[in-house]
Amino acid sequence: MSSDTRRRKAAKIRHLLETEGESVHENTTHFNEERYDAVEEFDDYEAVRAEARAIKEDAIERLPELVETLRDSVEENGGTLYIADDAADANAYIGDVVDEAGGDTVVKSKSMTTEEIEVNEALEANDVDVWETDLGEFVLQVADEAPSHLVGPSLHRTTDDVADLFNRYFDPDEPFETAEQLTEFARDYLGDRIRAADVGMTGANFVLADSGTITLVTNEGNARKCAVTPDTHIAVTGVEKILPSLSDLGPFIELIARSATGQDISQYVSLFSPPTNSPTLDFEDPEAPAFETDGDRSFHLVLIDNGRLAMREDEQLRETLYCIRCGACANSCANFQHVGGHAFGGETYTGGIATGWETGVNGIESADEFNDLCTGCSRCVTACPVKIDIPWINTVVRDRLNHDHDSSEFDFLVEGLTPDEEPARLDLQKRAFGNFETMAKVGSKTAPVSNWILDSSPIRDGMDRLMGIDQRRELPSFRRESLVDWFAARGGNKVRSTDRTAVLYPDVYTNYVLVERGKAAVNVLESLGVEVIIPDVPGSGRAPLSQGMIDTAESKAKQVTDRLRRYIDAGADIVVIEPSDLAMFRRDYEKLLPARAFDMLSENSYEVLEYVFGLLENGAEADALSNADSRLAYHSHCQQRTLGLDAYTEAVFERLGYDVITSDVECCGMAGSFGYKSEYYELSMDVGSTLGDQFSDATDRTIVASGTSCSEQLTDLLSSDVKHPVEILAPDGR
Amino acid sequence: MATNVVAAFESSLGTLDVPCMSTTPDGFIEALTEYIELPAVGVPLGIEGISLEETDATLSPSSQQLVDAKTGITPAALGVAAHGSLLLQSSPTGTEPVSLYPPRHVAVVREGDIVPDVRDALEWLDGEFTDGRRSAVFATGVSATGDMGALVEGVHGPADVRVIIVEDR
Ligand code: SF4
Repeated sequence: MSSDTRRRKAAKIRHLLETEGESVHENTTHFNEERYDAVEEFDDYEAVRAEARAIKEDAIERLPELVETLRDSVEENGGTLYIADDAADANAYIGDVVDEAGGDTVVKSKSMTTEEIEVNEALEANDVDVWETDLGEFVLQVADEAPSHLVGPSLHRTTDDVADLFNRYFDPDEPFETAEQLTEFARDYLGDRIRAADVGMTGANFVLADSGTITLVTNEGNARKCAVTPDTHIAVTGVEKILPSLSDLGPFIELIARSATGQDISQYVSLFSPPTNSPTLDFEDPEAPAFETDGDRSFHLVLIDNGRLAMREDEQLRETLYCIRCGACANSCANFQHVGGHAFGGETYTGGIATGWETGVNGIESADEFNDLCTGCSRCVTACPVKIDIPWINTVVRDRLNHDHDSSEFDFLVEGLTPDEEPARLDLQKRAFGNFETMAKVGSKTAPVSNWILDSSPIRDGMDRLMGIDQRRELPSFRRESLVDWFAARGGNKVRSTDRTAVLYPDVYTNYVLVERGKAAVNVLESLGVEVIIPDVPGSGRAPLSQGMIDTAESKAKQVTDRLRRYIDAGADIVVIEPSDLAMFRRDYEKLLPARAFDMLSENSYEVLEYVFGLLENGAEADALSNADSRLAYHSHCQQRTLGLDAYTEAVFERLGYDVITSDVECCGMAGSFGYKSEYYELSMDVGSTLGDQFSDATDRTIVASGTSCSEQLTDLLSSDVKHPVEILAPDGR
Repeated sequence: MATNVVAAFESSLGTLDVPCMSTTPDGFIEALTEYIELPAVGVPLGIEGISLEETDATLSPSSQQLVDAKTGITPAALGVAAHGSLLLQSSPTGTEPVSLYPPRHVAVVREGDIVPDVRDALEWLDGEFTDGRRSAVFATGVSATGDMGALVEGVHGPADVRVIIVEDR
């Protein structure tokens, strides 16, 4: 990426932060909080998620067969099923149906799939009036904008925004001011159009193969009206929405609203097996009976392929087809919460999963623009009702984009320095961050000179220009004596134990930069009677993986496992300080290693405070640890939370009598290299400011964070020293 | 057990701010009178012992009457206790439009037709599907939107929903 492109990207993000950021933040965080509450109150949540996942896996596996079952049942009900290869095919078919119905007005309910095929434009080109009846979509239609969110398409707009827009567009006698006035106006305006329409078009959240049923999940009631008021009903949806039968629907009804908005159930969950036996409605003659039971209803179900069947064959993208479009991955994403779908989205889809959808339906170029906004923080992983590994899809697509990239004139320079497994064409910025370990090694050997050089303005200038490393960020300062060297120099372990041996994993940051927290960890573990070993082990591959350098990450994963295997075989536990590295061992390595190797490492690895908690539970003396610095403000780490490990740190603090307040943001906004990138620096700071605000009143407390990135971000935001929990717990005078 | 389910249904309706009352078949007309605002349209209830014939509700309305109606009265095939949902089955007599177009919807459900959860309702619906009655909607509370920047009730569907539970004899 050229520095010009970076500047343009930064400017676009800045503009959206200023114009739409506030409204997006308010709405997405509201949905997100409501989701947490709803899930907490729903006892069977995990079991139902597993059930939904299994049903989707099976349905996508059996898709061709289900399509045929569906065709039979739709026809048996008296409707027609059409499978459209692509957008043009779908639009041609829909155009013909509208034409045959003599339709000059079509009313629609919200459907992302019709956004994908741009059916409105296609119909309008044939002089058909098309009206969006979902109020959010109606706002966008008037504003001529694209949706910024899967569920709340216009949530980037405030009431005042919409009032301005409608006052200009509709020029009412009394200008609109309130949400009530706007809603009432839109309802009446659209009500007239629904009653006059010849064709109603809806999407379908789920389609049931063996009964020919479409399921519509809405809150407004417009989809019901669009489906039954006009005589002709066209339902348009993706071919992946098919479920085998009614008995498979339960988990999805239980999950979709909770995940989307935190409601237990949406206002209207309609199951239509059209043509329905509801009477047709004739509003043209006011005196005639409204219900004509002999009226002829016609129904067309249009299922769109548009790349989906190819996604089904693509081992990595296939999971995308399980998506039920609830938007939880967007709502739980810190970057999305701040910038919204107009930056974090492609031609049609928005949020984390948009990378999968865009790559599948619009082509990988459409994902290129926003794919880097996924930092891999993994908060969406527990939010997704069908357990899609959204960060992994983003990583895979990033990897594919890396292999496609334009060659850079500086490749020859970097390749000699950074022997990774990636193609020569790889973007320089990604290569630099992906190979942080090499940089850290060299930097440490030559410290402090390396730090002076890296800090000098011509070098920072060049790094900014060539690699987009933002000059406003302070670079890590490498330590001459690494943790591994220090440990060897002190003569290895100070405590011998036949009970418990821990290998303290020297992650790249702890080893070369934040050496103090490594020493503190040794101190804490030894104080609790654990024999500690710190062998020289390579980086986990987190840095290259986050840049989409999967081959390099895979090779790291193998090296790490090979190196740690014999310690594990000998009965040692692996203790990890940096949560993002532990997340590699426990989550990401599943994708990179053979199952046996993954199981071995993941089952024997512990986050350091998780380990301390276990030791205390098993009788280690809490008195051995410090409780001096008693007032703390603690920020856990995104990946640590996804693994459910934040509770251990809090529990240990509590046991030792600390007074702790905790943050409740999804991510600090730094996310490894993300906050260093000049195109994302401002977004990163904006995301961070939410965290900063939560601790701004905690000036009398010591700021504590588990992750390196979080510490860097908090240091920048609060201009204060930030400590790792083990540094708090380490007994004085180690 | 049955009384628990009814109590749970009533409590869910309470959370939704949906007024509800229980009545014997004999007290039905009186209950209905309290809940409807005229003009009202309705569909035959198909519940033994009660009927809309003797009430002011118009059955088989003209389209003008449907549009002008302040209240729509329909049966609900089931009540779902966990969420206060009403299962409204599409019918040739117009349950779908009558429950949807007027600003107030009064649903009538038999006490014995209240089930604990959505899964129970789906199980029941499975039998209906087999018999060819394959369209229904779970309606929970009033129609609502947040699309204009704040929560507003009564968008395309009713802004006011009320439930009459008819006790089994
Ligand atoms: S990927 Fe999961 S969380 Fe995201 S929209 Fe799809 S179903 Fe919802």
